[in-house]
Amino acid sequence: MINKIIEALCLALIANGALAAEDESAWTSQLKDQFFAGRTITESDAVIDLDAPYRAEDPALVPLKIISKIPQTNDKYIKKILVLVDKNPFPYVGEFEFTPDSGKADLAMRVRVNTYSFVRAIAETNDGKLYMSKKFVKASGGCSAPIGADLDAAMKRLGKAKFRLSDNIKPGEANEAQLFISHPNITGMQMDQVTRFVKKSHFVNRVNVSFNDKPILTAKTDIAISADPNFRFYFIPEKNGILKAEFTDISCQSPTSRANCKAGQSFTETLAIKP
Amino acid sequence: MRYLIIAISSFFCIETHAGVVLSIEQVADGIYVHQGKHEWPDHKNHGAIANIGFIVGERCVAVIDTGGNPEEGKSLKRAIAKTTGKPICYVINTHVHPDHIFGNIAFKEPGTQFVGHHKLARAMAARGQFYIDKAEDQIGMALSAEHIIPPDIEVEKTLLLDLGGRELLLTAHPTAHTDNDLSIYDQKTDTLWLGDLFFIGHLPTLDGSLKGWLAELMELERKSFKQVIPGHGPVVTDWPKSLEPQKRYLGTLLTEIRKMIRNGKFIEDAIEQVGYEFKGEWLLFDEFHKKNVTAAFAELEWED
Ligand SMILES: [Zn+2]
Repeated sequence: MINKIIEALCLALIANGALAAEDESAWTSQLKDQFFAGRTITESDAVIDLDAPYRAEDPALVPLKIISKIPQTNDKYIKKILVLVDKNPFPYVGEFEFTPDSGKADLAMRVRVNTYSFVRAIAETNDGKLYMSKKFVKASGGCSAPIGADLDAAMKRLGKAKFRLSDNIKPGEANEAQLFISHPNITGMQMDQVTRFVKKSHFVNRVNVSFNDKPILTAKTDIAISADPNFRFYFIPEKNGILKAEFTDISCQSPTSRANCKAGQSFTETLAIKP
Repeated sequence: MRYLIIAISSFFCIETHAGVVLSIEQVADGIYVHQGKHEWPDHKNHGAIANIGFIVGERCVAVIDTGGNPEEGKSLKRAIAKTTGKPICYVINTHVHPDHIFGNIAFKEPGTQFVGHHKLARAMAARGQFYIDKAEDQIGMALSAEHIIPPDIEVEKTLLLDLGGRELLLTAHPTAHTDNDLSIYDQKTDTLWLGDLFFIGHLPTLDGSLKGWLAELMELERKSFKQVIPGHGPVVTDWPKSLEPQKRYLGTLLTEIRKMIRNGKFIEDAIEQVGYEFKGEWLLFDEFHKKNVTAAFAELEWED
């Protein structure tokens, strides 16, 4: 009898586990309305194409790449891209605004993926149309977790930033730039049982990049961005100028609500560009 | 069909009710080790993959790591009871990873104190819920908050634990494999229990700092020990020679990734290109290598 019960229990455990189905319910039942109530979204990789690894090798750092398929011209351009991780405790990764001066609305970043989930990017073009590209990402499990590995090292460097560009910048063309921000981007997710270490969420919430004061990339970001936020984007340097990143952080009482937050510090990083 | 199901549901489930006694081996006078298998934690092994064990003094016993699930903890406890009548005074966790801490609950009773690195509780608070949420899917075990048991005694730098006629020297290491690695040195037998600072056969997994880990290994290899117990793999008696493969792997990650960063390469390039010559040399390479490169790259790109 006991044998039977234990066997049944074991079977129940096995049947319950390993559910990696490609489930879109979070999007269809909630997120779509939350962000795009009443609007039509075309599912297509013809405007932007989201590239994500099928397996999240490190849940704390999943590299995402958004490749734009249309040029940024004054007549038609990608105005904004929203990125979501459906099944994260706080699905909103960020919103990224581009201009014709961006040259190309490509964007690479690193995100946290807590579990098996769709990652999706929805682009809005300047005519108000919406296009969505999505990828299913399998969480990898193992021993790592979707937080930074060395919090103290990250705290020590907090606020440091740097740009990196290729050595030969081509004037008048879209050039890729990489912005590194050092910040632990603390999620605030933690076990209340181990209360000695209550840490509110504390993360980079705004990143504005400009070239000679013209906006290139304007981002709102959240806790799904990996520790040490890292962005790659494009801009067009016609002549010498200053590439500037301004960013701020914020601290919120709850990891999953933005109702009660306190603004933090502001930081600036600049780089002289001589094409 | 029924037999197939039983086989799939694994030896662990079948044996649970029989009161399984964990297999252990005495590797030195009073030091007992259960050697875990090099496997990905899954529904068959229920996360029971790490080396765990205990050290017996004249007065009492210190447990070192408790296994990947509560049942493994219980079967370790049975093995201790079969070996000695002495009480368990300490449970030492070498670090936060689930295969080392999820047997803790089997030892929670008056008179037993949990011991860990001073950053272990913080790591448990930050990761505990995630590990619990994943446990059912990954290892087929329903775990809850009670399974996260933080240390009663925190080691800031070093600490001597007296088991009666036997002193253990505990060392809290700077960030290496994780940011909460603790090693245990038994003076009586000149044995060092290194936990996951040391891997044999199972690909080393980086969840702390690559530079920090290599620096710790440089310190450790200068010393001699009669025996060293890794977190995964067999007990060795040829220290520091047996450390070479791990040093080579981690050292190559450091030099190759630095080179890629200097050459303006991106993290995706490194993930696809660095370190694949080691594939045949380590078990679980496919499961952990890309994660290691990812973590190392993110660390090294902040070097000036
Ligand atoms: Zn470990």
